[in-house]
Amino acid sequence: MSRALLRRAALLVWTFLVFTFIFAPIISTIVFSFNADRFPSLPWGGFSLQWYEAVFADASVQRGLVNSLIVAGATSVIATFLGFAAAYVDYRYRFFGKAAYTAIVALPPTVPVVILGVAMLTFEGRIGLSGTLTGVTVGHVVLAAPFAMALVRMRLADLDPDIERAAWNLGATPWSTITGVVIPFCLPAILASIFLTAAVSFDEFMIAWFVSGVNETLPVRVLAMLQGQVSPRINAIGALVFAVSMTLVVAAQILLGRNGRRSKETQP
Amino acid sequence: MSDARSTQTLPSASPVTSSARATRLRFAAFWGLPPLVWQLAFFVVPLGFLVAMTFWSVKSFRLTPDATLANWTFILNAGFFRNAYVYTFWLAGLTALLASLIAFPAAYTLAFRLQPATRRFLVFMLVVPFFTSYPVRIYSTQIFFSPQGIINAALHPLGLGPISVLNSPTGTVIGYLVLTLPLVVLLQTFALMNVPKTLIEAAHNLGCGRLRTILTVIVPSARIGLVVAATFAFVLAFGDYVAPLYLGGSKPPTLSILIADQVKSGNHWPRASVVAVIMILTLVAVMSTMLALAYGRRGAKP
Repeated sequence: MSRALLRRAALLVWTFLVFTFIFAPIISTIVFSFNADRFPSLPWGGFSLQWYEAVFADASVQRGLVNSLIVAGATSVIATFLGFAAAYVDYRYRFFGKAAYTAIVALPPTVPVVILGVAMLTFEGRIGLSGTLTGVTVGHVVLAAPFAMALVRMRLADLDPDIERAAWNLGATPWSTITGVVIPFCLPAILASIFLTAAVSFDEFMIAWFVSGVNETLPVRVLAMLQGQVSPRINAIGALVFAVSMTLVVAAQILLGRNGRRSKETQP
Repeated sequence: MSDARSTQTLPSASPVTSSARATRLRFAAFWGLPPLVWQLAFFVVPLGFLVAMTFWSVKSFRLTPDATLANWTFILNAGFFRNAYVYTFWLAGLTALLASLIAFPAAYTLAFRLQPATRRFLVFMLVVPFFTSYPVRIYSTQIFFSPQGIINAALHPLGLGPISVLNSPTGTVIGYLVLTLPLVVLLQTFALMNVPKTLIEAAHNLGCGRLRTILTVIVPSARIGLVVAATFAFVLAFGDYVAPLYLGGSKPPTLSILIADQVKSGNHWPRASVVAVIMILTLVAVMSTMLALAYGRRGAKP
C-alpha cells in the first residue's frame, strides 16, 4: 500500500515539475515586470511600475502596439469569414476534390513559420505588399483561417443538416436559411473564432518579422529588443501582451463552453 | 465551383427552375470561392514561388528569373549547410524524444490519476502557453539560466554550480522544450484518455503489474497519439528560430537561422529558398515515416 502511495506521490511531483518548467517563464515575466531592480534575479528588489511607465513612453512600442491591434483586428474579421465559409462548404456540400479543398485551407499551420515568412516575403515583394501592414495581415489570415474553420466546423457538427434542407424544400432561399438558421446557430463559435484568430495574430512574430519591414508589430519590436541588452521593459511588454492574449482566449473559451453546454441541452 | 453540387435531394414534386439553380450556384460560389482563392493566392502560390525561386540567380545583387541548378549544387555541397542540417535534425529528434519521455508521466497522471475537474483545468492551462509570446518566454528562460540568474542564485547556497548552458546546444534544447512540452503533454493526455479503461482493468485483473501494463497495454493502444505528439515536437523544434538564436547563441547555426541570415543580411533569397524547400521535404518525409510507424503495424500486433 505504501508503495502505491509512493508511486502516486512520485507521479504528482513529476507532474508538478513539468508544469513548473512550462509556467515558470510566464510567471517570472509577470513578477519581474514589477521588480524595481534592473536585473531580474533574487532577492526581490521592491515593487515598481517604472518599466510599465518606460514602455508606455516608448514611441516605438506604441507604434508596434497600434500596428499589432490593426493587424489583429483585420485578421480576425477576414480569417473568421473565410474560416466560416470553408467550414460551411465542408458541412453542406460534397464535390470532386473536396479533400484537396479542405487540405489547402487547413494546412498552413503545419508549415514552419520561418518558411511561411520567407515565402510571403519573396512573393509579396513581387506584388508590392511587403513592408505594409496589409502584407502582414494577408500572412496572418493564411495562418489563422484554419483555426476559425476548426471552431465553426465543430459547432456545425451539432446542427442537423436536414433542418436546412427542410427549409429549402419549404421554399426558403439558401440566403435566408443561412442568415436565419446557420449563422445564428454558429454565433458563439464565430465570436470565439474572432477572439482566437485575433490572439493568433497578436502573438505571431515570424511572418511579421519577415514581412513588416519598418511597420513593426509589437512581437517584432520585442524580438528586436531581445537582441539588445537585458531590459525589464521586455517583461513589462510580455506581461501586457500576455494580458491581451489571455483576455481573448478566455473570452473564446467562455463562448465555446456555453456553446457546448447548450448543444448538450438541445440534444439529450 | 461548377462541380459543386449540393447533397440535398429535392423531391420530384417541386421541379427545380433554372433560376433557383442559378441562385444556389451563386450561393455555393459565394461561400466556396473566397477561402479557396485566398489560400491559393497567399499560401499555395507563395510556396510555389519559393520553389521556383530556387532556380533563379542573383546577378549583380538583383534577382533574375533563371533556370539554373547553381543554388542547389551550392547549398548541397556547402559544408556549413550539411553541418547545420545534421545538427538541426539531431537536436529536433532529441527534443522529440526528451519531450515525449518527460511528458509521459505527467500525461499519465493527468489522464488516469486526477479528478476530471482538475484535469479540465490543467488541460486549459496547457493551452495558455500557445498564446503567451514565445520570444518573451525564451527571454525569461535566458534570464533564469544566465550566470547571475535565478538558477545559479539558488544553486550557490547548496554549494553547486555555477552552471552555464547558454550559447550551447543544451540551451537550444531547453528552449525547444519550452516550445514543445505543453503541446506534447496535451496530445499525450488526449491519447491516454482514449485508452479503454476496461483494457487496463483487464490487464490488472490478469495480474499484470503497473509498469508492464503501461508498456504492453497502454503505450501500444495509445501509440498513434504518442507518435503524433512526438512528430509535432520534431516539426516545431526543426523549424524554430528563437531558441537556437537566443539560448543556443546560434553556435552552431540551425537551418532556420541560415534562412533568416541569408534573407535578412546575406540577401541571397534563392539560396534561402533552397534551404526552405529542403526543410519542407524533410518534414514531409519525417511526418509520413512517423504516420506509417503509427498506423502501419496495427495489424501486426494481435
